[in-house]
Amino acid sequence: MFSRLYIHIPFCLEKCGYCAFVSCKPLKGELENYHTLLLKEMQLASGNYQPAEPLDSIYFGGGTPSLLLPEQVAQIIAVASKQFSLSPAVEITLEANPGTVDEGRLRAFRTAGVNRLSLGIQTFDGNLLRCLGRVHDAAQARQAFRDARRAGFDNIGLDLIHGLPGQSLSQWHSDLREAIRLAPEHISVYGLTVEEGTPFSLRYPEESPDIPDDDQSAEMFEAADSVLPTAGYEHYEIANYARNGHRSRHNSGYWRRDGYLGVGVAAHSFLRKGYGFRFSNYETVEEYRAALAGGCLPHQDQNDLSLEDAMAEFMFLGLRLFDGISSDEFEREFDLPLRSVYGSVIDELTRIALLQCDQGVLRLTRRGLLLSNQVFARFLP
Amino acid sequence: MDISRIRNFSIIAHIDHGKSTLADRLLEYTGTVTDRESKNQFLDKMDLERERGITIKAQTVRLNYRADDGNDYVLNLIDTPGHVDFTYEVSRSLAACEGGLLVVDASQGVEAQTLANVYLALDINLEVFPVLNKIDLPAADPDRVIQEIEEIIGIDAHDAVRASAKEGIGTKEILEEIVRKIPPPEGDSTAPLKALLFDSWYDQYQGVIILVRIFDGTLKRGDKIQLMATNSSFEALKVGVFAPVMREVQELTAGEVGFVIAGIKDVADAKVGDTVTLLHRQCLVPLDGFKEVQPMVFSGLYPIDTVQYEQLRDALAKLKLNDSSFSYEPETSLALGFGFRCGFLGLLHMEIIQERLEREFDLDLITTAPTVVYRVHKMNGEVFSIQSANQMPELQSTEYLEEPFILAHIHVPNDYVGGVLALCEDKRGVQREIKYLTQTRVMIIYELPLNEIVLDFYDRLKSITKGYASLDYEHLEYRRSDLVRMNVMINGEVVDALSLILHREKAYFRGRDLVSKMKELISRQMFEVAIQAAIGNKIIARETVKAMRKDVLAKCYGGDISRKRKLLEKQKEGKKRMKNVGNVELPQEAFLAILKVD
Repeated sequence: MFSRLYIHIPFCLEKCGYCAFVSCKPLKGELENYHTLLLKEMQLASGNYQPAEPLDSIYFGGGTPSLLLPEQVAQIIAVASKQFSLSPAVEITLEANPGTVDEGRLRAFRTAGVNRLSLGIQTFDGNLLRCLGRVHDAAQARQAFRDARRAGFDNIGLDLIHGLPGQSLSQWHSDLREAIRLAPEHISVYGLTVEEGTPFSLRYPEESPDIPDDDQSAEMFEAADSVLPTAGYEHYEIANYARNGHRSRHNSGYWRRDGYLGVGVAAHSFLRKGYGFRFSNYETVEEYRAALAGGCLPHQDQNDLSLEDAMAEFMFLGLRLFDGISSDEFEREFDLPLRSVYGSVIDELTRIALLQCDQGVLRLTRRGLLLSNQVFARFLP
Repeated sequence: MDISRIRNFSIIAHIDHGKSTLADRLLEYTGTVTDRESKNQFLDKMDLERERGITIKAQTVRLNYRADDGNDYVLNLIDTPGHVDFTYEVSRSLAACEGGLLVVDASQGVEAQTLANVYLALDINLEVFPVLNKIDLPAADPDRVIQEIEEIIGIDAHDAVRASAKEGIGTKEILEEIVRKIPPPEGDSTAPLKALLFDSWYDQYQGVIILVRIFDGTLKRGDKIQLMATNSSFEALKVGVFAPVMREVQELTAGEVGFVIAGIKDVADAKVGDTVTLLHRQCLVPLDGFKEVQPMVFSGLYPIDTVQYEQLRDALAKLKLNDSSFSYEPETSLALGFGFRCGFLGLLHMEIIQERLEREFDLDLITTAPTVVYRVHKMNGEVFSIQSANQMPELQSTEYLEEPFILAHIHVPNDYVGGVLALCEDKRGVQREIKYLTQTRVMIIYELPLNEIVLDFYDRLKSITKGYASLDYEHLEYRRSDLVRMNVMINGEVVDALSLILHREKAYFRGRDLVSKMKELISRQMFEVAIQAAIGNKIIARETVKAMRKDVLAKCYGGDISRKRKLLEKQKEGKKRMKNVGNVELPQEAFLAILKVD
C-alpha cells in the first residue's frame, strides 16, 4: 500500500509572511506532547495499513522539523522501523531551518539516522530574508550548510525561492552562484506565490509592482534552468535539480504515485489500493490530539480515486518529472492505451509545442515547463 | 361610491428622494398596512427594485382616510416608474390622477428627472403641490429648496409640507393636503364605460392583470370589455382594488381606480394607454395619448455555455409575458453562436432585463455592446432599419445612413457646466440652450445622437459631475450622418459580435481606445494575440497581447496532491467562463469593452 512515510511537524519559531502551510509557534512542552502523539498515530496506523515493502524513505517536513530533539527523531525512526520495517538503503530526510541548528545538534540528527538534510535557505540576501520574515540571516544560512557538512551529511539539499519582492534578476543570479559555491547535492527552486490569507497577500495585492511580474519571474526560472545544469545539476523535475543521481527519492515518489503514509497534523496520505485513495489528517493540533486520545486515526477526509482521477493524476504528476511518461507504463497501469484516452489532448499540446513525444515517452518541452499548469489542466476529467 | 370623496394622486420624486418610504408611511398611517406587514417599501415589489431603490412596475393602492373635516375619503395612490426609459408609462400613470405630490429632498433640491415628471403632470393640468422630505437631515435647507421650486417649476411652495418620511414627520399634514388641494375626479357613472389602462402585468396564476382608471361609466364583474387600440374583447372575470392586497369589489365606477382580470393571456394585448370600454355599449371616442412604445436600444444576448440556449429562450419568453416593451428574436453570431437580438426602451431597461436573466434564471450571458436603430437609404431608393452592425449593407450600395437624435435636458450645479458642455460637444452634440434656473443650478439642453448616449454617456456624465447631474431625454428625429462600420479582428479574424457602427470622426479614437482596452481584458494566451480595429480593409489600430510565459505551481507541500488538483480545477473552471473565438479565450467583459473607452 505504501513505501514512504511522511512526518509533519507543524511548528515554527516564527511564521514567515508568505507561508500558507499549517504551522504555529509551539507552546512550552507542546513539542514533547506532539512527539508522543506521532508515535501513537504510527502505532494505530500500522494496525490498519502496512507497507508493501520495507520503507524506502522517511521525510520529516514542516513547519520546522529541526525543532525536534535528536532523541525524538531517533525514537520516531525506531518506531517506524518497528511498525513498518525499513529498507537497508532507506533515505531519511529532515527539513532544517538555519538558525535552529548548530553543528552539535546536526551531528546528533545524523547519529539518530537522518541521512539527508533539506535546508530552507530561500535566499542569501539579508534584506530579502528579513522581508520574508525568516529567522535567519545570510551568514547563518552559510554557517548552517558548513555545520551540516562537518556534522557528516553527504546529501544536502538547499531550497531557494525566486520572484521575491523587489528581487532583481542579478540578485537571483548571485543566489544561484552562492548556492553552487556551497556545492550541495540537491537544489530546489520555487517561484514565490502570494497565497490568499497570508500577510504577504495584504502587503502585496495582485499585480503589486513590488513582486516581479510573470516575465521577470519566467526569466529567473530560465536562469536557474541554464546556470544549474552547467554547474552539474540535472534538472529532473520542474522545481528540482540534483547532482550525481542525488534526486530526492521521497519527493520523486509523489510524482510517480508511490504510496505514502503521512503522519502528524495536516499530513496527507496516498495509499495504493484499487486506483488509490487519498486522505488527510486534521489541520489543528487540538482536533488531531482529540482523535488520537479517543483511539481513532485523525483522518478528516478520504477520497477514493476513480479510474479517471487516477489517469489524470498519472499524467499531471508524471509529467513533472523529465523522465516523462511512457505509454507502456500507462498501459500497464490502467490496461488502456495512452492514446485512446488522451490522444487528442496530446496532439493539441504537441502542436502548440508544450509536449514532445520521443520513442513512446512523453515529456514537457522547455516551453511546456514554464506553462505546465496549462498542460496539466487539460488532463483533468 | 361618492365621487366627491375620491382623490387620485401620484408621488413625483427623483430617485432616492424618498418616494417609496413616504408611500409606506401613508399606508401605515391610514391603517392600510400594519407596521409588521410593511416590509419596508411596500410599493416596490420586485427584489431588484428594492435593491436598486427604484420602481420598475407601477403599483397602485387604495387608502381609506377619515379627514379632519369628519368625512371618509378614498385616496388612490398611483405609483409611477422612476426612470427616463419609462417616460411613457409615467405619463399614463399621471393621466389616471387629478393631482400629484412633488416630493423634493430638502437637502438636494430639484433634479432633472423630477422636473421632467412635473412638467408631464403640469401639461395635463394636474394639481401639483410640493412636499419637502428629509427635513430631519442636518444638511436640509428648506428655504433654499422652496425658493428653487418656485423659481424653477413656478409653483407656489411657501406652505409646502415639511416632512421626514423616514421619521414619520408630516404624514398627516400630507394626507390633509391631498384631500384639500387635489380636486375630486369628474365623470358620469351612467355614461358608456371609458377607462384608461395605465398598467398591466402577467401573473402566472391569474393571467394578465390590468390597472384601470374609470373616467366614465361603470365596470362590473361579468362585463364584456373591449380594448379599443388593440381591438380585442374579453370578459371581466374579476374586478377589484388593491388595499393593499387584491380585494374584489362589486363594481368600479367613474373616478375609481382598480384592477381587472379578464383572461388576457398576453401583456401585448393589454397595452398601457389603451382605452377600456364595454363591447356592447362602447364610448364614442377613446382617451387621448395612446402610443405604441418601441424599443430604442438593442443588444445581443448569448449564453456563454451553448447548452443554455434553450433555457435562455424560455427565460426571454417568460420575461416578455410581463413586459411588452421588450422584444427579442433569434440571432446567430460566428463568434458567439446562437443567441438573441433584444430590444429595450433604454439602457436601464436593458440592464434590468439582463440582471433578471442572470439572477432569476441562473444564466451566464455575454452581452454585446448596445446599439440603436439606424436607417439605411440605399441607392435604389430602398429604406430600412438595422439594429446591429452586422446588418449594415455594402457601402457601394448605400446612399446614406441616418441615426436617431434625442433632446437631452441635463440639470447640473453651476460648477460642472464646463465639463458637461465639453462632454456634449465631444459626443457630437448640438447646443440648444443653457438656462440658469437659479444662481447655482443650470439646465443644459442639447441635441445628441442616441448612439453616443448608449455607449458611455451616463457614466461619463456621472463622473464629470461627481454624480450631481441628472439627465432626461426625449426622442427627436432621425438625421443623416457619416456612419461607418468598425470591425474588430482577433488574430486576423473578424469577431462579428464586436463590430459596431459609429461616426467616422470618432472611429479612429474609439478604435484605438477599444483595442487597448481589450488588450487589458484579454489575459495572456499560449500564443501572441493580435487585436486590430478596421474600417473596411483599413486597419486603424492594433495592439498585441504577448504570449503567456509562465504558469507553474509552486512547492508541493507534504504530498498534498489534492490541493494541486484543486488549483488546476479552478483554472479549468475559469476557462469555461471564457468564450473561445478562434483559438483565443475572450472574457465576457471583452464584449463590452467599447463601453469602457473614453
